[in-house]
Amino acid sequence: MGHRKGMEVSIAVSHAVALARAEAIAAYPITPQTHIVEHLSSMVANGELEAEFVNVESEHSAMSACIGMSATGARTYTATSSQGLALMHEILFIASALRLPIVMTVANRALSGPLSIWNDHSDIMAAKDIGWIQIFVKNGQEAFDHTVMAFKIAENSKVLIPTIINMDGFILTHVVEAMEFVDQDLVDKFLPPYSPRHSLDPKSPVTMGAFAMPEIYTEVKMKHQVTLMDSQQVITSVWDEWAKLTGRAYQPVERYKADNASTLFLTMGCLGEVAELAVDELQAAGESVGLIELRLWRPFPFAELRAALAGANLVIICDRALSPGGAAPPVLAEVRSALYALSHRPQTLGYIVGLGGRDVSPESFKDIYAKARMEIAQGPSQEFYLYGVRG
Amino acid sequence: MLEIRFHGRGGQGAVTSVELLATAAIEEGKFAQGFPSFGPERRGAPVLAFLRIDDHHIRLRCKIANPDVILILDPSLIRIQKPAADLKPNGIIVLNTNKTLAEARQEYGLTHTLAVVDANQIAKQVLGVPITNTTMLGALLRATDCVQLDSLKGPLKERFGPMAAKNIAALEEAYKKTVVEEAKS
Repeated sequence: MGHRKGMEVSIAVSHAVALARAEAIAAYPITPQTHIVEHLSSMVANGELEAEFVNVESEHSAMSACIGMSATGARTYTATSSQGLALMHEILFIASALRLPIVMTVANRALSGPLSIWNDHSDIMAAKDIGWIQIFVKNGQEAFDHTVMAFKIAENSKVLIPTIINMDGFILTHVVEAMEFVDQDLVDKFLPPYSPRHSLDPKSPVTMGAFAMPEIYTEVKMKHQVTLMDSQQVITSVWDEWAKLTGRAYQPVERYKADNASTLFLTMGCLGEVAELAVDELQAAGESVGLIELRLWRPFPFAELRAALAGANLVIICDRALSPGGAAPPVLAEVRSALYALSHRPQTLGYIVGLGGRDVSPESFKDIYAKARMEIAQGPSQEFYLYGVRG
Repeated sequence: MLEIRFHGRGGQGAVTSVELLATAAIEEGKFAQGFPSFGPERRGAPVLAFLRIDDHHIRLRCKIANPDVILILDPSLIRIQKPAADLKPNGIIVLNTNKTLAEARQEYGLTHTLAVVDANQIAKQVLGVPITNTTMLGALLRATDCVQLDSLKGPLKERFGPMAAKNIAALEEAYKKTVVEEAKS
């Protein structure tokens, strides 16, 4: 059915895009996303991928070009990072409002300043309200699988919402590791050609992106919100279909050794597998601790998350971004909000880790566990903590 | 799990080396990670590259803090980086040097198990250029059994095309000429 191979994860993502038969790509290179679009550009130039590759002068133009190409009915892909995502910000809302099923990889990286090329989640967290489906992956296999699946989710006629796959910059994008690849036949059966409901065609003119008077703007936003929340059903059914084909199953909220655990870590992206190692060690030492990995960020899986966390006494939420001046970092804020309605809710503590590429090891999680337990025993002194910060 | 850290300078091919080894280990059915140190690397500046090999899926996403093996492409880095400081007590140092084992131990104060080879000389002779990353893979295979030579040949051919044969020859020459000595207790 497939074959196992060692490859840099960025290159594997570009192969996934090619297997999905993307027809239109517009991108501007930015570290650590570069290898993905560089390789796609080679594949198009070498005739290995039949697609239009548009070199643009900025990410603002990249997303604008993607919108134009997707509006003509082409299966459209792009990738970016950090400042690139920030530069396309105003266009991101237009892509989702026009309901164009563009797929984008975000190789997560810190935002300047100070200038940092390294990994954290501040880029995507500044774009959490763009109205896109947003998924996090934690290893090369997931990055490959979810890239293929994203097209099927986004293009579903009940969804038609652009989709971002978040993969941690460098610690995932730049690692050569083992992955199971699938054949073109399998992808072709799984993912039929995109047939848009409406497309830009001079022979049959339509208007896209018209303005909305106050009488209709709220209704359009409501429809978008309902569709985005409802898309979870399509997302999970696409993931289930992939599981039947490949044996690799995914859930919006993943549980790791979480049954009956008194304390739960909650992570997103690559932090997950590192935390799994810490949970293994802590459990072996007799600690009642497990892990919840949040895969689906938008739409936010409220019901699944509540069910996963409800039985715990303490949830340690690990953010990889800061919300300066805010009530809490982004993931902590959402999780607390989800738990608020529960009559018996676990205590929550937030730890911000791995900003601007700072290493996070299993020892970090074990240390956080010990610190959190101490904080709870004494009564927490702060709403959240910047783990390991000096000064 | 085996953890190897490469110490080189930008342009010496440390990252290529870990990518080749990771690919080879995966071809053998093992699991591996090969990745660079993600700094603002430029030609000539000190760089690190990391390699993990295991029989199971590897879940770590951090640098290698306490390696089992360090491979030093450029001996001038020993004084700058002190790479052996966090090497495991029973770890192995693989060093590119024109010195003998005894001279290298004395010059750099190295007490771990040590493997030395003059990779510059071999690379100049076989490849015609003093780029030692593939040559040093021969020394690594002599000092450890991290991957089989045969499983490296495929990745080398894929990476270097017609130049692969010369790189394999340099690697095999280094394998023959590498001298290994157990740790001094």
